[in-house]
Amino acid sequence: MDVSQEYFKTFRDLPREDWFVCGHRACQGCGEAIAVRLILKALGPNTIVVSPTGCLEIISSPFPYTSWAVPWIHVAFENAAAVASGVEAGLKVLARKGLLEKRKTNVLVLAGDGGTVDIGLQSLSGALERGHNFLYVCLDNEAYMNTGIQRSGATPFMCWTTTSQVGKVKRGNLTWKKNMPAIVAAHRVPYVATATVAYPLDLANKAKRGAEMEGPAYLHVLASCPTGWRLPPELSVEISRLAVQTGFFPLYEIVDGELRVTVEIPKRKPVAEYLKPQGRFRHLTDEDIAKIQEQVDRECARLGIP
Amino acid sequence: MGKRIAVEDSHAAALAAKMANVDVIAAYPITPQTHIVEELSRMVSDGEFDAEYINVESEHSAISACIGASAVGARCFTATAGQGLALMHEILFIAAGNRFPIVMAVANRCLSPNINIWGDQSDVMSSRDCGWIQIFAENAQEIFDLLLSAFKISEDDRVLLPVAVNFDGFYATHVVERMDLPEEEEVRRFLPPHRTAKYKLDPDRPLTFGAIGFPTIQFELRRQWEEALCNSKQVIKEVWQEFGRVFGRHYDVLEPYRMEDAEIAFILMGGSCGTCRVAVDRLRERGFKAGMIKLRLFRPFPKEEILEATSKLKTLITVDKHICLGGLGGPLFNDLRALFYGFQRQINVAGFIAGVGGRDVRVKDFEQMFEKVVKGEVSPEKHIFIVRGES
Repeated sequence: MDVSQEYFKTFRDLPREDWFVCGHRACQGCGEAIAVRLILKALGPNTIVVSPTGCLEIISSPFPYTSWAVPWIHVAFENAAAVASGVEAGLKVLARKGLLEKRKTNVLVLAGDGGTVDIGLQSLSGALERGHNFLYVCLDNEAYMNTGIQRSGATPFMCWTTTSQVGKVKRGNLTWKKNMPAIVAAHRVPYVATATVAYPLDLANKAKRGAEMEGPAYLHVLASCPTGWRLPPELSVEISRLAVQTGFFPLYEIVDGELRVTVEIPKRKPVAEYLKPQGRFRHLTDEDIAKIQEQVDRECARLGIP
Repeated sequence: MGKRIAVEDSHAAALAAKMANVDVIAAYPITPQTHIVEELSRMVSDGEFDAEYINVESEHSAISACIGASAVGARCFTATAGQGLALMHEILFIAAGNRFPIVMAVANRCLSPNINIWGDQSDVMSSRDCGWIQIFAENAQEIFDLLLSAFKISEDDRVLLPVAVNFDGFYATHVVERMDLPEEEEVRRFLPPHRTAKYKLDPDRPLTFGAIGFPTIQFELRRQWEEALCNSKQVIKEVWQEFGRVFGRHYDVLEPYRMEDAEIAFILMGGSCGTCRVAVDRLRERGFKAGMIKLRLFRPFPKEEILEATSKLKTLITVDKHICLGGLGGPLFNDLRALFYGFQRQINVAGFIAGVGGRDVRVKDFEQMFEKVVKGEVSPEKHIFIVRGES
């Protein structure tokens, strides 16, 4: 396939219809909800969605209501990739036996960071290694937001959460964010990419490219969370843009092992511009920010970003 | 007419999955179940039947993948034992409560600690309240027949619940027995080659599965699940009657042995029933009015049938291969005492725990239990006896 294919050049190329529909209970400015809406616009109605436990499941499925206009299943927290494995295998064998119409049905996992980088890592690794044909999207809001902003393996260094509190002895999260796209890429899957809602066409194209790819595809979306990030909701998209422009969350894709930066940032902004508006980083000193800047510089150098 | 074969019991389980024409197999190795998934792997690799064979990375993922496959309308199968069943625990509830037809073979194995691969019933009994249909098989023929019928039960629109067919680890999995294997054509008269799923993940008719249940609705859902499980007994009986008509082998929720005039009888499940029958014969030769009830269906608990089968008994001896730690003995003992108390039946229930961690339960152990009852060494205050057979 042509990996550089732009399925959606302008917003007009995206369908007007929605398959993640209004009435859900997401907070104001929820980046995750915007991302899910875009991803489903990109993939269209011939899609089966699997979600683990998390914000998305809570906001979208208060029985007897649903925001899903595509088939959707939630089973538990740590097993979305295993459930998707069964869905994919089931569709494949039923089509082979002539019991299902032969057509491309997207198998899509929409998971949070806890369900991906922490409790769901084993089942994801298994599914990637087995080579199921599915797109796994991690909607990373960098903490367990639906249970009340607890730290996850995706929480940034020194970040405040309710389980990495800022006190007299310890000042926020002690560890650097787990590099999930690199872990997935180490499984030698055909497609790995990062995205944010600030670059919606980049996000939509990556979702579509991942879904079109034969084999497992992984999309890691930084999903801004005004509630957990202690940020005014109206800055949700803006902060996502700053994450990219500062190099804190670079946008790239790895196709068959080849890394390509998809949104070039000729001159990176200082990381402080991303950190300062967010209450979760309010306690950082200039020294702390310098330390984070160093780490961001190293990561960008590794990715070949100036 | 089929053929009579010699078969390892594990392979009888694999043959049932093959003849059911399962679409998806989720396989993870655990002793003493491994021979089942090994044989299925061989069958699929040889092209004996067409299935997606998923080498999952854990039992947790095995049952999760089965849910995914079941949700798109596939017929699916998995097998596990002991720790594997324990690892599935959380998902067992979801498979049943969300009403996914799945068939699972469980080669019953002792739960850790200490790590022990041998047979007892601590695994299944710790999953007792997961809302599955739970059936116990004694030998190769039963393993095959009950697994085959499990697909029909599980997929029935009046049921839509997963079914676990249990049999003793090693005592049943690793022995070779005689079995009548039916012809494909006979099987097709009993079980259609494919499932028809009314509710599934289908883009043409989008449905939401596994929604969040608030306190305003959750209670009702739980009650419906309980009703569905209790009502499944009638379907199970129907399916087994149909099985008898097609294959000439007849099954019911329980199987009495020499119960006509019995005064003291054993009740138990699984492979030890064979040993117990010999003990009953010996006790009869010694002049005792002994009998045995083999319980085939454990969940839903066949209350009426048990009450009827025990109506003339003085004492019922329960033989459990699991201890409800810190409670009142074994699970069968607890269920039966509660049942009789509720119906104000004057019958003694003598609870014995035997065969834990793969300890042999021998003919003389059953005789010893019986003798203790006859001698009046069982009282309500002192109702649990751990029978230490010498292995």
